[in-house]
Amino acid sequence: MNASTSTNPPARRAIVVGASSGIGAALVRQLAREGWKVAALARRQSELEALGKQTGALVRVHDAQDFDAVPALFEELVKELGGLELVVYAAAVMHRIGRDEYDTRKDLEQVAVNLGGCIAWGNAAALYFKSQRAGTIVGISSIAGERGRKGSPVYGTTKAAMNTYLEALRNRLAESNVHVCTIKPGFVDTAMTAGMGKLLWVVSADEAARQILVAARTRANERFVPRRWWFVATAIRSIPSFLFRHLNV
Amino acid sequence: MSATLRSLLEMPVRTQAARSFEFVEGWGMSAGGAARVLRPANLEELRALLARARSQRSPLALRGTGCSYGDASLPVGAEVLDLSRMNRLLDFDKTRGRASCEPGVTVEALWRAILPEGWWPRVVPGTMFPTLGGAAAMNIHGKNNFEVGTIGDAILEFDLLLANGELRTASREQESDLFHAAIGGFGMLGVFTRLVLETKKVHSGDVEVRAVRARDLAFALEYLEEQRERCDYLVAWIDAFARGRALGRGLIHEARYLEPGEDSRAQETLQLAHQDLPAAVMGVPKSEAWRALRLLNNDAGMRALNAFKYHSSALEVWRGPYRQAHAAFAFLLDYVPNWKFAYGREGRRGLIQYQAFAPRAAAHELYREILERSQRAGIVPYLGVLKRHRPDPFLLTHALDGYSLALDFKVAPETRAQLWKHCEALSERVIDAGGRFYFAKDSTLTPAQAQRMFPADKLARFRALKRELDPENVFQTGLSRRLFGDFRER
Repeated sequence: MNASTSTNPPARRAIVVGASSGIGAALVRQLAREGWKVAALARRQSELEALGKQTGALVRVHDAQDFDAVPALFEELVKELGGLELVVYAAAVMHRIGRDEYDTRKDLEQVAVNLGGCIAWGNAAALYFKSQRAGTIVGISSIAGERGRKGSPVYGTTKAAMNTYLEALRNRLAESNVHVCTIKPGFVDTAMTAGMGKLLWVVSADEAARQILVAARTRANERFVPRRWWFVATAIRSIPSFLFRHLNV
Repeated sequence: MSATLRSLLEMPVRTQAARSFEFVEGWGMSAGGAARVLRPANLEELRALLARARSQRSPLALRGTGCSYGDASLPVGAEVLDLSRMNRLLDFDKTRGRASCEPGVTVEALWRAILPEGWWPRVVPGTMFPTLGGAAAMNIHGKNNFEVGTIGDAILEFDLLLANGELRTASREQESDLFHAAIGGFGMLGVFTRLVLETKKVHSGDVEVRAVRARDLAFALEYLEEQRERCDYLVAWIDAFARGRALGRGLIHEARYLEPGEDSRAQETLQLAHQDLPAAVMGVPKSEAWRALRLLNNDAGMRALNAFKYHSSALEVWRGPYRQAHAAFAFLLDYVPNWKFAYGREGRRGLIQYQAFAPRAAAHELYREILERSQRAGIVPYLGVLKRHRPDPFLLTHALDGYSLALDFKVAPETRAQLWKHCEALSERVIDAGGRFYFAKDSTLTPAQAQRMFPADKLARFRALKRELDPENVFQTGLSRRLFGDFRER
């Protein structure tokens, strides 16, 4: 094995998990436009293939709940891409949960996809990036992780847990020159928010993707998308619990 | 039950050796690539991995903590067999000072375990992070090579797992051929699974150290020659920028063990708390100190730093003999964690170490030529270290009755080819003079040079053993491929 000489422009290769729609698909499109070699992963084959045709991305069908498949798949993708600089974990499900619904199975599926998959891919990426002393991991979390709200208890829980996991990863990997960026989108115009009625500060998936890549490039630690959600999050976090329980936010 | 629930509830059942996909590089960062890293935790997992490698005809590169500077622990295929998880200290006989270790036990783990009992490893390198398996495979040496030999000389017995799963026990009495070939056999013959080492009784946690200034190369060589009867450790730092009459100037450190009774606080100094390296370097937290060095990591900065080190040593010399903890004296390379990052953390930058072993009579001429040619070519090493050595009975040993000069050269993509050519030319001169090189450090030797460096009969015996013990060529590394190709040839 010989070291490559670095006369070529820096190679840019990314894996996006959860790429069949929404923010993930928009990220793949934008990265491809910027000249990145991208591997796009998702569960739904037809959407994925369309995205592959549109962007030239390498596509693989992958269920984010299939943790055991991650190490081998990660290895295969890094080899096919010829290296790796960026991993984006964008896979998520948000089940509509009724006001009096306590469905463990529905809840745990969200834990598996939103959190379990993030950990499986995060760990594989961490080992690789740490050893090459370079790389960026981006986790698409949510503003929903800021407080435990009535609406979707476990979705918010997975996002809060993701924030903590990503923060820990960031602190572990900092000395290895690896950056971990936690993205907290507000409302983005995707399938997830369809039918939610009138929402505050909705941005398109493409605009969200643009802002996410800016955050990753500037090595932001945590970034709200759009950024003004920071004010809302700060306000919401400051409401005492005895009042918060009476609000419908 | 859904797949989701099952995978969440039944997850942590591990039935195979840990595996991951990582960027694997030599310690000097100038060679490396992505590879699958397999980390067995015990003999069964290790056997299963060997069987798999044989059936899939996939070569394995043995690796410990990856402290070899160059490609000695890098894979040629896709897989690395990392033994650092097999790291149990199996037994320590406090009365005889014998340690029985798995291969992944590090030098650090060993000294920490035995020093409070009044023992110290006979041979340690300049860093405490290598594993004993790697140390045995490379047959490493320390600052006391002239007196006690290499680590192989301190090994009493080992178990070696062959590629076919057979476990062989070897010592000086039993399977003596295998014993002398596997030590220094750079991971070609099998996997050390147990090593028994003899350690040294010490009567204090300190050694007595004295610094002596060497005004030039001749002084340093003579001093190392004359004082070796009197000292337990001898090492000279060399300022490779100094030229003319000051060529080879430097600072010598000699040390000796304390006799019983010399240290009235021995019970205290033998404790680990006394051994810790300083936590900060001039007020900078150690983990970040390499960033300061990075600012100086250019010819002008290093010329100034080397000159400063030489001139400021007057104080240490004037101070006379002083006592220093074993760890602080032995592990100079660990003072600034990750100091190698000063050579560049990204973009295939790094360093190589070029360590030339020269017979006693030839050393002065040869080292003068190496330093002068490097200066003329504008390829000046940023660090130089001179040591005295002695021969040992191992088949492919680098040690000889003479000296070694170890030089750290900076590697950058734009100067790489020129540096390799420079080292290749120097190596010709070293080998012509009867000198040798050391696999843990090498990055630049050519196959012809490796061929010429060893006595032909010894190399032939090693090849024959390799063919006999590893007929399918399971064990291969970047270094073995670079220097010996496929061992089955010839």
